[in-house]
Amino acid sequence: MKFSETQLKRAQELISHYPEGKQKSALIPILHLAQQANGGWLSVEWMDYVAGLLQLEPIEVYEVATFYTMLNTKPTGKYVFEVCQTGPCMLRGSDQIIDYIEEKLGIKPGETTPDGMFTLKTVECLGACGYAPMMQLGSTYREHLTPERVDAIIDACRKEAARVQDN
Amino acid sequence: MKLLLKHATVEGIRYFDTYRKHGGYAAAEKALKTMSPEAVVEEVKKSGLRGRGGAGFPTGLKWSFLAKPEGVPRYLVCNADESEPGTFKDRYLMETIPHLLLEGLLISSFALGSSSTYIYIRGEYAWVAEILEQAVAEAKAHGFLGKNILGSGFDCMIHVHVGAGAYICGEETALLESLEGKRGNPRIKPPFPAVKGVWDCPTVVNNVETLAAVVPVIDMGGEEYAKIGIGKSTGTKLISACGNICKPGVYEITLDVPVEEFLYSDEYCGGIAGGKRLKACIPGGSSVPILPANLLLKTAKGEPRLMTYESLSDGGFETGSMLGSGGFIVLDEDQCVVRHTMTLARFYHHESCGQCSPCREGTGWLEKVLHNIEYGKGKMSDIDLLWSIQSHIEGNTICPLGDAAAWPVAAAIRHFRDEFVWHVEHPDEALERNYGLAHYADELTVAG
Repeated sequence: MKFSETQLKRAQELISHYPEGKQKSALIPILHLAQQANGGWLSVEWMDYVAGLLQLEPIEVYEVATFYTMLNTKPTGKYVFEVCQTGPCMLRGSDQIIDYIEEKLGIKPGETTPDGMFTLKTVECLGACGYAPMMQLGSTYREHLTPERVDAIIDACRKEAARVQDN
Repeated sequence: MKLLLKHATVEGIRYFDTYRKHGGYAAAEKALKTMSPEAVVEEVKKSGLRGRGGAGFPTGLKWSFLAKPEGVPRYLVCNADESEPGTFKDRYLMETIPHLLLEGLLISSFALGSSSTYIYIRGEYAWVAEILEQAVAEAKAHGFLGKNILGSGFDCMIHVHVGAGAYICGEETALLESLEGKRGNPRIKPPFPAVKGVWDCPTVVNNVETLAAVVPVIDMGGEEYAKIGIGKSTGTKLISACGNICKPGVYEITLDVPVEEFLYSDEYCGGIAGGKRLKACIPGGSSVPILPANLLLKTAKGEPRLMTYESLSDGGFETGSMLGSGGFIVLDEDQCVVRHTMTLARFYHHESCGQCSPCREGTGWLEKVLHNIEYGKGKMSDIDLLWSIQSHIEGNTICPLGDAAAWPVAAAIRHFRDEFVWHVEHPDEALERNYGLAHYADELTVAG
């Protein structure tokens, strides 16, 4: 459990953005990197590894990892649907979209499908209010959601997962 | 008139060559080759430019507070943590025309003496961060970042720093904590960042749009810029319009457009979607007071309301609101103000950093009580309870998140109390249907 050569190079590059001795500033960007490396979440072992890399006490990493919404300290499904439910999205029908996804996947917000494929989360404003309703999926936004679009997204995820498995 | 988005629809404007071909980096050349840092600050002061993140504080004045102790580095940090519900203008600017922000950052860094400048961008805008990083690499390759830029002797590098999902990091001292790799807990002020900011060094934190606006300020000169708009609302502003309108999106307006024109003209929002009527609007991001239709288009004095800092706040919180971040949220006649307010209370509860008890506890109570009223379990005394809770949060916290959580609830009760009462009196009916437009669009009688 450690960064690959490429990831380590990226981590060093990130550290170099900050003044000498201020390597702690690279903590959040490097936690993103670690989370990617570990399939979407941060285990204690990974957090300890990052602490070692940045010469920090492990607690300094834990307290940060538990503060920020995007850092997961528990495993998630392969695809995480983060559906915005704040006012502007609500005005454009996000409640109905959340209901639809719940029904379609048979899970409630905060849950993962038994096959580990999908996690549904409700989240707060992601800055896409003019393109509502919307969700974040990995590092992209899916906007102007309708039940049909949700269907298409779910299908595309299933197909991608099957393709990856075949290879 | 467009200053920021003039070339936004030009194909390829995201890239250096196209941006340069359309006059890009001319203002940077002007500043670095022909002006002193002090002269740049002076132009920004003359322009009357005010912070576009929400507070509206004069930018030139903020810059003039920056301490300059000998031998200590100074930093400029760009606040791209855009998270105020209803606000998505900075995202549009950065993904469409990233070099405009970089040019503004270069000029501002030169003015303030910042050789390492940071863009703190919210983690969810991952692809925007990539666009910015590509733009930084391009600018560096063309000699607009790096060492001895344009032979001026000034060195500057811009670093893109990605956050990880926390509204509170839009508050400038929380942002600096986060930039130092810590939890986003706001700092007690003073000391202000201008004296003791990131890594204890003097720091200026400005919003994306503010820094981009420095480009036209230098381009046309502060005095010319100040001629646009009305009074102390100078220049142009990006408004992100959303909710129940025909054309949600980001619009650049001069700060003198009537609210009615902005809402109904085809140039902007294009009116209420589905031919419905306007019920209410939050004109400046979720934190600012909601106004019923009859107070949005006209002030309590009966004058047409304009999209300016002054006109939108005319009447104070009793009958006015704020321009804020420019997040323009529109509710049509079929929307429920109680439910909308509940979602905002839930937002602030989720985003409270937990440092101050009035905010940590109070935001949870607001959410819970509003949830009860919305779901048919409210008591009449809950309405006064909500008022009491919000009044005990406001002004009693380290940072403005407490106020931001209190104001939307206060304004909803102030203007829509009978909708709350109806919910309590008709719990079953309220689950079935919304209260509707009621009298909220009726012409108001102007006293005197």
